[in-house]
Amino acid sequence: MAKEQQDVYVLDACRTAFGKARPDGFFGQTRADDMVVKVIRTLMARNPDLEPSMIDDNIWGATTQMGDQGLTLGRTSAILAGLPVDVPGYSVDRMCAGGMTAINCGVSAIAMGMADAIVAGGVEHMGHHPMGQGADPNPRFIAEKIVDTSALNMGMTAENIHDMYPNLTRQMADEYAVYCQKKAKDALDAGYFDDIIIPMTVWTTEGWKVADHDEQPRPEATVENMQGLRLPFRKGGRVTAGNSSGLNDGAAGSILVSGKLVEKLGLKPKMKAVGFAYAGVRPEVMGLGPVPATEKVLERTGLKFDDLDFIELNEAFAVQCLAYIDAFKMDGIEDKRLNQLGGAIAYGHPLASSGGRLVAHLAKLFELNPKAKYGITTLCVGLGMGAATIWENAQS
Amino acid sequence: MAEELITQFKVTYYDHPKAGKLAIMTMDNGADYKKPNTFDDKALASLNEAMDGLDKDIKGLLLTGKTFIFSVGANLIEAATKLENKDMAVEMGRAGHAAFKRIMDLDVPTLAAINGACLGGGLEISLYCDYRTVSTGVTALGLPECFVGLVPAWGGTQLVPKLLGYEKAVTVILKNPLQNNRFLNGKSAFEMGIADRLFEPVEFFDQSVELLANIITGDEKIEREKADLSDAKEQIAEAREFVKGRVHAGPIAPYLACDLMEGAAEWSLDDGFEKESQALGDLAMSDQLKASVWSFDLAQRRAKQMVGVPADAQALPVNKVGVIGAGLMASQMGFLFLQRLEVPVVMKDISQEVLDKCKEYIDGQLDRLVKKGKAEQPKADFLKTLMTYTLEDKDFEGCDFVIEAVFENMDIKKKVFAAAEAFVSETAILATNTSTLSITEMQSDLKNPERVVGFHFFNPISAMPLLEIIRGKKTNDVTVATAGAVGKKIRKTMVFMNDAPGFLVNRMLIRQSVVVGDIGMGPNTPQEIDDAILDLGLPMGPFDLMALVGPAVALHSTETLAAAFPDRYHVDPNVAKIVEMKKPGIYLPFTKDVDPEVEAVMVKDDKLPKLSADEIRAKVLEALADEARRILDEGVVAEPQDIDTGLIFGAGYPFFMGGLTRYLDQKGISQKVNGKPFMTEDDVVAYLKR
Repeated sequence: MAKEQQDVYVLDACRTAFGKARPDGFFGQTRADDMVVKVIRTLMARNPDLEPSMIDDNIWGATTQMGDQGLTLGRTSAILAGLPVDVPGYSVDRMCAGGMTAINCGVSAIAMGMADAIVAGGVEHMGHHPMGQGADPNPRFIAEKIVDTSALNMGMTAENIHDMYPNLTRQMADEYAVYCQKKAKDALDAGYFDDIIIPMTVWTTEGWKVADHDEQPRPEATVENMQGLRLPFRKGGRVTAGNSSGLNDGAAGSILVSGKLVEKLGLKPKMKAVGFAYAGVRPEVMGLGPVPATEKVLERTGLKFDDLDFIELNEAFAVQCLAYIDAFKMDGIEDKRLNQLGGAIAYGHPLASSGGRLVAHLAKLFELNPKAKYGITTLCVGLGMGAATIWENAQS
Repeated sequence: MAEELITQFKVTYYDHPKAGKLAIMTMDNGADYKKPNTFDDKALASLNEAMDGLDKDIKGLLLTGKTFIFSVGANLIEAATKLENKDMAVEMGRAGHAAFKRIMDLDVPTLAAINGACLGGGLEISLYCDYRTVSTGVTALGLPECFVGLVPAWGGTQLVPKLLGYEKAVTVILKNPLQNNRFLNGKSAFEMGIADRLFEPVEFFDQSVELLANIITGDEKIEREKADLSDAKEQIAEAREFVKGRVHAGPIAPYLACDLMEGAAEWSLDDGFEKESQALGDLAMSDQLKASVWSFDLAQRRAKQMVGVPADAQALPVNKVGVIGAGLMASQMGFLFLQRLEVPVVMKDISQEVLDKCKEYIDGQLDRLVKKGKAEQPKADFLKTLMTYTLEDKDFEGCDFVIEAVFENMDIKKKVFAAAEAFVSETAILATNTSTLSITEMQSDLKNPERVVGFHFFNPISAMPLLEIIRGKKTNDVTVATAGAVGKKIRKTMVFMNDAPGFLVNRMLIRQSVVVGDIGMGPNTPQEIDDAILDLGLPMGPFDLMALVGPAVALHSTETLAAAFPDRYHVDPNVAKIVEMKKPGIYLPFTKDVDPEVEAVMVKDDKLPKLSADEIRAKVLEALADEARRILDEGVVAEPQDIDTGLIFGAGYPFFMGGLTRYLDQKGISQKVNGKPFMTEDDVVAYLKR
């Protein structure tokens, strides 16, 4: 007989800085698994009450599972981080929601009473692993017109959403992006990320450096100078580097614990898992995924959209957020619930690691707003999916 | 010569949230860890440039190396081939002191993060920092200068005593280098007090940066006991005794290091540095340093290049090994093959009792590995199942490599090879560990003589690094290549040669013992003779060596050579007496007192004059110069490098003599005896720059 269902908490969450995915970026010469190890060791060091031997599993999302992200990263990183040999690990892949899925996997195991403490997160070194590296899409996709050719090009899927909703203009997308940069600057200046972004010494051709801040934020961005940006995906299009998330290297993770362990060790968790859901949409408009995923998790948990105090929505592209705002009739781009500390357009989006970043940001928002009760972390996923997890503030 | 790698000092900055701006100075020559950071005038220029450009508002500086490497100090071979005169060497010393001292003179806290190999000048530069961290991943840390005929001359002799006190300084600067060039590792360096903190490699840089920041903010204090320098005189006096016992009067450098260290207690730092620079000037031009560089090249580069293996011959796989005989030497071989090759090993003997003893030995060795934590019990148990102990030749079936270690008798050797040949494939190697018998003769009657090769170990097998690989007249290239591949797997340093009486090392050593025996017939005592030879810097005098080898073995080898070269070799009647009396040597065991029973019967020649130590050495060295020349002229080995490699690794000749031929050339002995040197200085420099 299975034990009865347990409460699941996020005990702690942190991430590396997010670097530009270029040879001269912060992490150009650093291995993805070493970044994961840094996150795991930081989490363990910051929570000394939790003995390493108590960890039941180590789950990591990575979109490309080869090279420094291969060989079952969840296991290799557990060994390399110096966790006891009896701590197992595995890897998952749901592309941009890889980290979110890893965390939800951990939540599931603890909820079912099959584990009490799990390290989970995501990593993507897009400098080492460009999107789609080593992939061999089945020719049937195109030959049988199962999907449009644009479905495999993420920028084009964003253009498709603009086509679908002509009222969502480039001007709006640029405004959204500039506002995001502003929110991020304010949050950074306020020091909200001092305990989230962990400094990591990295090897570069100029010698050792400390990667202690994200390389992507552009606080100086204005709508005017964004208008001049190139349209890389199609002529006359609307999607630019400025209103998209960029290509990045980063790792983000968290420790999940059961209510039983919280009680036993007197831990101070940050938030409690309420529920999660995934949903599919047409691959050509994959950016719409968070909408049905959010609807589904609300339905499953019996909550209403208005119960949510914070929406941590991954910003793969600005237009996809505009569509989300419209779908849930939110109060425009300045809706206070949405990405209050800024989003991926400012910080970057190292694919599978973004779920871990959203969790860390939401936990910070709960800490800053003890009265807030519920929040959601949600992402769109390539090939047309959405992932959404609802959390309850445990820092009230 | 490969493209020149210059170690650059690269500076990045990190704005630490609490401590403020930190400079991170990375030493990096741009290559991977296989080509470690080294220091030369260009590296020092880069350091000076980096110091010039350092931001003025830094709150601290961290000095570290590239991945896996801190710095291994001056590039010895380059330095030895570049420095043309004493002044240049003195200047090199001064330039290092001046550049390194700029780190010491910074008015902010400085920390060296020793992340990897840290030798010589690499360790010295770290001593100019206020603090040091070291990684548990560091396996090579030390000051090997005295081992190669130098002194630590970039501050080492002055700063190490001041940091650690004299007792530990003597260990680092003298004892470790002179005891097989032993290194410290991260943990032992920390325990000794060289580093203030020991961190694991995984977050070594992060923790080192954080420590520096904490020192700056005052959140962390480094507690370090001030070194007591009051015992300088006693400790250095003891150190001189140690050096004398270890290398006698041979090398200059360790004694110079003693003087410099002793002075550190009294001199100002700048005075001490200047004295180091002068010492460097003296040593850099010395024969001993040049010879050391030669030896270093033989050990570090040439030995790995497998010079002597036919270039286009492909070694055959060896998946099963047979050993004919199961006595003591054979048992050691069997264990070595099992341990390093991890393939089935068949031990064959004619006595069940010998086989039982052999099994006991090999099982015991495996159990010892387990006890020492060097093997897991299940693995050791598995290895035991790979062993076969047999009385039957047919059990050699399937062996790819069969080595004999039976009694030194040609007929017996031929018989056991013929018996084994009946059960192995046509290409299986038949190797012999003979030290005296002709390989060519031994292979002559076999169906497949081309697969016979000499595979001559030195006793004790596990401790002696040399292996002589000997080609008989009919031996083919594949056989030599396969023997070389096996030798590499069992981690031996090899010299490849053609069959000749006594091969290489024994032929040289026995020529020495013949001369020594002749001198011993005169009024000189064995102790006087041993001491004269020891003062060259050899590890053992000839009479002690005879005791180690065993008088009977020595006699037998001498007989072989005397038969081959009666003009130069003859049996020493006194050794024959010792063997007859079944004595372990000329001395009473473990003493330098001549055994009175031996002394009573020793043959003496009253007409012989008493020789000075110099005269004794001259006689021995001239004979060796003659024999080495003959060995080369006969084509036994290809080049002087082979002779030197053999004598360094097979007879313990010191690095600072360059084996032997460098020393003989430097002292003009080869010129005197043979009318020409083994190699000209130009040839040597060209070889080192290859």
